[in-house]
Amino acid sequence: MKEVLDDIERWRTSGHRVAIARVVGIEGSSPRDPGATMAVNDAGEVAGSVSGGCVEGAVVQEALAILAGEKQRGIVTFGYSDDEAFAVGLTCGGTIHLFVEPLDW
Amino acid sequence: MSRYDELRDALRAGEPLALATVVEGPNLGAKLLVRPDGQASGSLGDANLDRVVARDARGELEAGLTSTRHYGAHGEARERDVSVFIESFALPPRMIIFGAVDFTAALAKVAKVLGYRVTVCDARAVFATVLRFPMADEVVNDWPDRYLAKVGEELGPRDAICVLTHDHKFDVPAIAAAVKTGVGYLGAMGSRRTHEQRTQRLRDAGLTDAEIARVMSPIGLDIGARTPEETAVAVCAEVIALRTGRRAQSLRDTAGPIH
Repeated sequence: MKEVLDDIERWRTSGHRVAIARVVGIEGSSPRDPGATMAVNDAGEVAGSVSGGCVEGAVVQEALAILAGEKQRGIVTFGYSDDEAFAVGLTCGGTIHLFVEPLDW
Repeated sequence: MSRYDELRDALRAGEPLALATVVEGPNLGAKLLVRPDGQASGSLGDANLDRVVARDARGELEAGLTSTRHYGAHGEARERDVSVFIESFALPPRMIIFGAVDFTAALAKVAKVLGYRVTVCDARAVFATVLRFPMADEVVNDWPDRYLAKVGEELGPRDAICVLTHDHKFDVPAIAAAVKTGVGYLGAMGSRRTHEQRTQRLRDAGLTDAEIARVMSPIGLDIGARTPEETAVAVCAEVIALRTGRRAQSLRDTAGPIH
């Protein structure tokens, strides 16, 4: 969270709305621990990361959908299995649970 | 002030606190901020749940842990109506380096990269200066044992002490004081010969075998480090390996999960 504070501050000062995604659970091998945070503004700008770059693109889509009011806050899970080689997932074989929400608190 | 503003201000001021968020169940997204003394602001939507989560968050914060916990709607244990993500923003772990030598600057730099709050302590005021160790959070002119008498009680399993003086006059009292603390890592620099002599002196000073066994000496992993910078990597790698309980080998030569 600390590493994204400055970006969030800058975005909010210039009138952007912000969503944050935090790793709240992991199973198996996963590059970032619970607490890893990524912030996304309504222009699609990004700060921080929640994996080794594997799922960030999908998280941006999720965050933008929430900011657009198309989705509610909640848990999003990304995993990977051998028969889903082209689905969005972690190449390291783990599963991560993210809580994605608007910064409205 | 919003919960986020309070969190941001605390993080910027370096104050420890925990943020609890309902991530599944009723009142999704509700927040509770918990301070180390148990004081809380915000609510997860139920007074009993708030009380139980504040208690748990305080424990997580003390241990520097972050995890998702499950409760009944009113905070009951062994129920799963509500999932609460408790994120600890603990103070950074400390590394105290005794001895203001060339290796100290390199070790302080690498330790900073790893997120440690670094203190350099040496009794010799000429050597222990902020100018020589600008990367350290704190430079202290004091005898190691006297310094530990002041701060030793605050140190815990996340903290590390590295004795780099390799001069028995400083080493022995420093190590003797360090083994009385609860640090998770205690290492002492020196050649194999220095190590043998020092171990004998520590024994003469009354340290038990168990206390002597706590000292990682000679300090660092066996990676053939020569320069101060390489040595700093070898020491920090050993600090990590000791914390995670791994026998440090090359990943190529081991099996099992990487993290």
